[in-house]
Amino acid sequence: MSGDDLSESLEGIYHIQGRDFVDAGIVSSEVKKSLQGKGIPESIIRRIAVITFEAEINIISYAQQGTIQLFIEPDAVIIEANDMGPGIADIDLALQEGYSTADDSIRELGFGAGMGLCNIRKFSDIFELTSEVGQGTHLKSIVKLNG
Amino acid sequence: MKLSEIRDLLNARVIVGEDKLDVEITTAFGADLMSDVLSFARSGCLLITGLSNPQAVRTAYALDIAAILVCRGKSLTDKFIEIARELGIPILWTRFIMFESCGRLFQEGLTGCIRKTDGTEEKTIVR
Repeated sequence: MSGDDLSESLEGIYHIQGRDFVDAGIVSSEVKKSLQGKGIPESIIRRIAVITFEAEINIISYAQQGTIQLFIEPDAVIIEANDMGPGIADIDLALQEGYSTADDSIRELGFGAGMGLCNIRKFSDIFELTSEVGQGTHLKSIVKLNG
Repeated sequence: MKLSEIRDLLNARVIVGEDKLDVEITTAFGADLMSDVLSFARSGCLLITGLSNPQAVRTAYALDIAAILVCRGKSLTDKFIEIARELGIPILWTRFIMFESCGRLFQEGLTGCIRKTDGTEEKTIVR
């Protein structure tokens, strides 16, 4: 399902500029549009749209830039978010609901309450988060198509 | 309840979606924090919010939310309206505060799209 070589199942790659708050959420909308008409259940598409939305907000909020890649495998959709940013020093702490280092510009968007990573984990079947301080963060979310 | 009835109950203006006023809505979710909406709201509900930025529209789109009711008379930008039109999300606008908006709609039969965040009491309360 999720072997190392995903190149053949790449559906889309989306580049995200850090601090570009005006268009925040556009990648989620584009990902949702691209998944429609492919026979994927609407409930699964909604989960992927939520995961992508929160991952996109995180990149915009904290990184200089990043990408979200979408892969469609026969039995799963994989969302990978990679950024060049400050990284996360304590992942366990970052995954605690309510923990946030967001500033007001993020809160004005309706985000930044320390729920983003929790939401991504909640809507993923498999969730992996790795990070290196000063380098960036890698997030992989797998949503199985059979539920 | 039809979207047109929601409009009438709250003296709301229809900003986007004049052609969708016959859409039936039975549940709602009220919040200004979009992460909460993404976490707990359900498809087909009415989103009641005081957040009138493009992210509110994109959140509604992500979840197949039926319509947005902007409360507290929040000002609307051209960008907000443009994205709502593009994504096909009806927008109603009222000067009622969120509490009043929710209360009036609940009184007329609309219910929360979930009851509690722990998933208990999912079933509709007999009124």
